[in-house]
Amino acid sequence: MMTLTPLATAQPSGESTGNIWDWDFALEIFPEILTAFIQVTLLVTVVGTAIAAVIGLVIAILIRVLPSPLAFIVRWAANFIRMTPIVVQLLVLYYGFTWMDPLLIGFIVFGVHYATYMSEVYRAGIDSVPKGQWEATKALSMSAGRTWRRVVIPQALRSTIPSLGNYAISMFKDTPFLFVISVAEMVSVAQDLGAQTFRYTEAITIAGLIFLAASYPTALLINRLEKRLAYAN
Amino acid sequence: MDWLDQQQQYFETLQNFGPRLWDGFLLTVQLTLVGAILAFVIAVVLGLMAGSPSLWLRGPARVIIEFFRGTSLLVQLFWVYYVLPLFGLTLESSFTVGVIALGLNYGAYGAEAVRASLTSVSTGQWEATVALSMSWPHKIRRIIFPQAWALMIPSLANLLVHLLKGSAIVYIVGLNDFNFELDQLRRVTDAWFAYAFVGLIGYFLFALLLTRIMLLLEVRAKHKLGQGPTLREVLSPTPKMPIVAAHPGSAPSVPGGKASGGQG
Repeated sequence: MMTLTPLATAQPSGESTGNIWDWDFALEIFPEILTAFIQVTLLVTVVGTAIAAVIGLVIAILIRVLPSPLAFIVRWAANFIRMTPIVVQLLVLYYGFTWMDPLLIGFIVFGVHYATYMSEVYRAGIDSVPKGQWEATKALSMSAGRTWRRVVIPQALRSTIPSLGNYAISMFKDTPFLFVISVAEMVSVAQDLGAQTFRYTEAITIAGLIFLAASYPTALLINRLEKRLAYAN
Repeated sequence: MDWLDQQQQYFETLQNFGPRLWDGFLLTVQLTLVGAILAFVIAVVLGLMAGSPSLWLRGPARVIIEFFRGTSLLVQLFWVYYVLPLFGLTLESSFTVGVIALGLNYGAYGAEAVRASLTSVSTGQWEATVALSMSWPHKIRRIIFPQAWALMIPSLANLLVHLLKGSAIVYIVGLNDFNFELDQLRRVTDAWFAYAFVGLIGYFLFALLLTRIMLLLEVRAKHKLGQGPTLREVLSPTPKMPIVAAHPGSAPSVPGGKASGGQG
């Protein structure tokens, strides 16, 4: 299956054979790729994370408070969304709702898909609130809304922050899937630039390095936060 | 009656398309399984390297892991497709391109799971292997890995589902996988909902099957360590002890994210 054969013919190496990397070209296309990164990739990540953080919490609470048949439906709907590919979900909405802006579809799909992941994180956070806290709210005859808002959620959220951050990074690295619904996001811009000149190396590598430069420090930061929270407990 | 005719037309198209859809589905299954095998091999090698005390092994492993985890799957796919040939590596088939990209990407995530579970094996076990002066392959194969294996299966199960979902993008390098054939179905019928239901349910059921298989693997691995029931007991129609596990697809961590512990 893994047959690697030496370079023979018909490869898009262009006229500059032997010159794999061209600095001038790389510098020329860098601003364009960076612009796409800021305007689309970051935007989708930020909006998607915000949507996912809210809907994820709603799902987690619904599964907890709804009567069991309804909770069962919500839980399996979430499983269904979580276990099917983002690419297919994007395509379904893209062709199903042609009047919708592709970027809006991106927000919705990434937001809802990752909400199903985040709901698991919230669920674990809610489960980690000690039973005594629930009993205390009963003893003080707090309303259900007040119990959630003032007692449970503040305690549940604390431990969830690092995991939510990790999912945000994960979503960030999934944003190139927007390629399939023709949103001009960073990797598709890079691929376009490559296709125009038959010089793919620079464009694709720059896109990859921008991902690395953005995601690795964030991951380190989240890791430190995780450790600090662990110490604080 | 118009509506009914339309339904019938949808149904007929689906019937005519059945064999193609099935072929596409089988290709997705192959991509997932071959990709998962490659990813597992990469994960174990990199995970063992990253867990080693020697800087000469740990350093390169960390760089490779962070590189493939930090860049996106699509970037890696394009890189394998467009750039590797310039270095003299022409890949014969799109299938190989897809499998390599999937294997490298998810292998790097898996390496973190492998490393994290190796470090979770209690120090007493490591010390005991030293006390018995076991050789390195011997202690890893007989003592450490079986224990780490039981710990890493849940993370690997999550990654396997991620890999299946990631395989839906591979059609762009020219593979007629399930997603591609579904797209063809949409083209001839304008029936986006047929596409939606058939496609999503197909992926969902396969993912569900994979998580169930991984759950059984976990039962077996745990039983071999003297914990929990045997596989036979779990599979028998009247199980003495039910499988105690979260509902399928529950994802306590990002691939390699939360389990990663220390990044540096």
